[in-house]
Amino acid sequence: MIAELGHYALILALAFSLVQSVVPLVGVRYRDASLMISASVTAVIAFLAVAFSFAALTDAYVSSDFSVLNVWQNSHTLKPTIFKISGVWGNHEGSMLLWILVLSLFSALVAIFAKNLPGTLKALVLVVQGWLLSTFLLFILLTSNPFERLIPPPLEGRDLNPILQDIGLAIHPPLLYFGYVGFSLTFSFALAALISGRIDGAWARFVRPWALIAWISLTVGIAMGSYWAYYELGWGGWWFWDPVENASFMPWLLGTALIHSTLVMEKRDALKIWTILLAILTFSFALLGTFLVRSGVLTSVHSFASDPTRGVFILAILVVFIGGSLALFALRATTLKPGGLFQSISREGALVFNNLILATATATVLVGTLYPLVLEAINGTKISVGPPYFNLTFGPLMIPLLIAMPLGPLMSWKRSDLMPVLARLYFVAGLSLAAALIVASMTYGGPVLSVLAVGLAFWVMLGALCELAERSGKKGTPLKTRMARLTGLPRTVWGSACAHFGVGLLVLGIVGATAFDEELLAQLKPGETMNAAGYELTHEGLGVRKGPNYEEEVVRITVRKNGELIARLEPAKRVYQARKSTTTEAAIKTSFLTQLYVSPGETFPDQSAVIHVWWKPLVVLIWFGPVVMAIGGLISFSDRRLRVGVPTKALKKGQPANA
Amino acid sequence: MTRKQRRFLNIGMVGAVLAIAATLVAVALRDEIVFFHFPTDIIVEKKAAPGQRIRIGGLVEIDSVVREGTQVSFTVTDGENSLPVVYEGSLPDLFEEGQGVIAEGALQTDLKFKADKVLAKHDENYIPRELEDLLKEKNVWQGSKK
Repeated sequence: MIAELGHYALILALAFSLVQSVVPLVGVRYRDASLMISASVTAVIAFLAVAFSFAALTDAYVSSDFSVLNVWQNSHTLKPTIFKISGVWGNHEGSMLLWILVLSLFSALVAIFAKNLPGTLKALVLVVQGWLLSTFLLFILLTSNPFERLIPPPLEGRDLNPILQDIGLAIHPPLLYFGYVGFSLTFSFALAALISGRIDGAWARFVRPWALIAWISLTVGIAMGSYWAYYELGWGGWWFWDPVENASFMPWLLGTALIHSTLVMEKRDALKIWTILLAILTFSFALLGTFLVRSGVLTSVHSFASDPTRGVFILAILVVFIGGSLALFALRATTLKPGGLFQSISREGALVFNNLILATATATVLVGTLYPLVLEAINGTKISVGPPYFNLTFGPLMIPLLIAMPLGPLMSWKRSDLMPVLARLYFVAGLSLAAALIVASMTYGGPVLSVLAVGLAFWVMLGALCELAERSGKKGTPLKTRMARLTGLPRTVWGSACAHFGVGLLVLGIVGATAFDEELLAQLKPGETMNAAGYELTHEGLGVRKGPNYEEEVVRITVRKNGELIARLEPAKRVYQARKSTTTEAAIKTSFLTQLYVSPGETFPDQSAVIHVWWKPLVVLIWFGPVVMAIGGLISFSDRRLRVGVPTKALKKGQPANA
Repeated sequence: MTRKQRRFLNIGMVGAVLAIAATLVAVALRDEIVFFHFPTDIIVEKKAAPGQRIRIGGLVEIDSVVREGTQVSFTVTDGENSLPVVYEGSLPDLFEEGQGVIAEGALQTDLKFKADKVLAKHDENYIPRELEDLLKEKNVWQGSKK
């Protein structure tokens, strides 16, 4: 019964979002305020209906109602409750429902919280959100109904793919979807602006908080997914340039470009056409990602059952929305008046450079991701494009970006000179060089490029600190004044410095974990010891442990350094009863930023076991860096200027603003 | 600098970045892609030279898996021909005799394939698409175990 109510709620949501797609538009056309305001009401109701539907499906999972086909396919009574809940989106239908839930949530958030948005703009934004929501509701209702019944109901479910039975599934997809779908708002804002024809600095100020929320979630979501793959797959890898990873990385790159270009638009009223295009493209790439992952074009742990009708449907959505929005862009972009002029060497120039590199990098990732698909479609040749391609194309493009990163924030708007900016960074350059030299001497004979990359990482990190120091005062300013000025700096300045610092940390982590790591593989009998990266690992015997819905064979390992016990690790091979499938559970010993990663291999009748060990210096920074970047985004998001004091018509007439 | 010169410089800058990126992509697509072959392609049609980095795929032949310490050897078959593979490292969880597998590495001069990466199906229902196509083609496809 509850499942039917959930299904009904989805149909109800579709009805309301169809109303939302049309009625406010009529309101805008005939300047009818009540029709325009209806968008906010329908957005909230549609969200409540979808939320109810989502709760209904969750209820079916938690109570193991196997009369619902989807629950039977992906759940099991013995599964711990947390995985029953996260299992809701561990399959195609449920994950689409989560997608829709987030989409309707963002519409509702705009409806409720965007109070200072001009009525027409708000109505148009919600109209476009309505188009998106009704399309995806149609998709789920026609091709992927999660509430389909199974009669007669079986006694036991088929369980969730064991790889997905992890706390990672509870966190990674919701965050990622928050990011992906969050960019639907920048898309809607862009279309609304094109339809109404009014685009100015205020528009950028309205869009920026939403773009920031989406970017923050996507940043943490991708980092979280990377860490999940790292510990769950047992290969010690953290990024594979897998098409599905690329699908989430491309919107991230463009989203990063977008939050930088809105800055120019907001402050200087320039780059309008480009920013609008970027807002459209970012979400288009999120849609493309959804298509690649959900259509079954790619085989991956992310793509659940593939059904050709779904692929065609999503492709149609893709064509209509991307094609339609780009056509609208082409029609209306010429009517936009170019805004503030600036010279190439200026803050705007630096941000344009940032956008140029990020967009080009996205293009190289896109080529690498789609080339195998296209080639196979053309002449049937099967190829794979792996890390070597991306290291050769994406890697070099990042170098100028990282070099320019500390320069940009030190430049002034409109026109600037390179020499004074460089002069302020002498100290930073010297320190970075020193850091690189120290690393070079520590790892004598090691890879030269990596030493340079270490220098670059320090250049970025120290550059971020230098910006804050520069803003606190000229040479000779007393410390007290400096502190006072620092606390008084706008939060966006703190935010960008923090985010840039995070990028430096990320680069440092990548270099440490890929260039200076050690890998060792050995077969050990009980009592035998192997040496890896200065640690002694001893095989202490095998054991068997029982979990709620699995049984695991544990290899007991003690880790010693200079004879002193520092850790007991128990990597394991798990066998899940329901699907009779095995997973590898690596054991990880973290010491500050460095990790010792132990993965179990084959075990033999004489109790010996193959043990795969990786020592990865600074690897923690690979995930901590993005977290710092996201914190930077949050600081920037909390800037009051983004929410209040937006110049409105009322203000211009000299009336007091009611913030 | 006149306005015209400045504009010229800006466009030149953008053009340079794009040209560099395009060159890198072209070089990488020529040198860094990995072709996929079946054992028959290699043994009969000699599509891959020893030392060239390729991927091979097929089924792991029943009773062919031999483990000696950290080293594993097995043969990959496409129903017509089989290719011996040697590998050192941990095998994926879903690696199994009689099941689909993809190995990345290079052919040695003794016509054994030395793999440094082995990929298996993602879970019990799905197998790499290349394999699915092959198995259907060679009529050894048993369908997904639903």
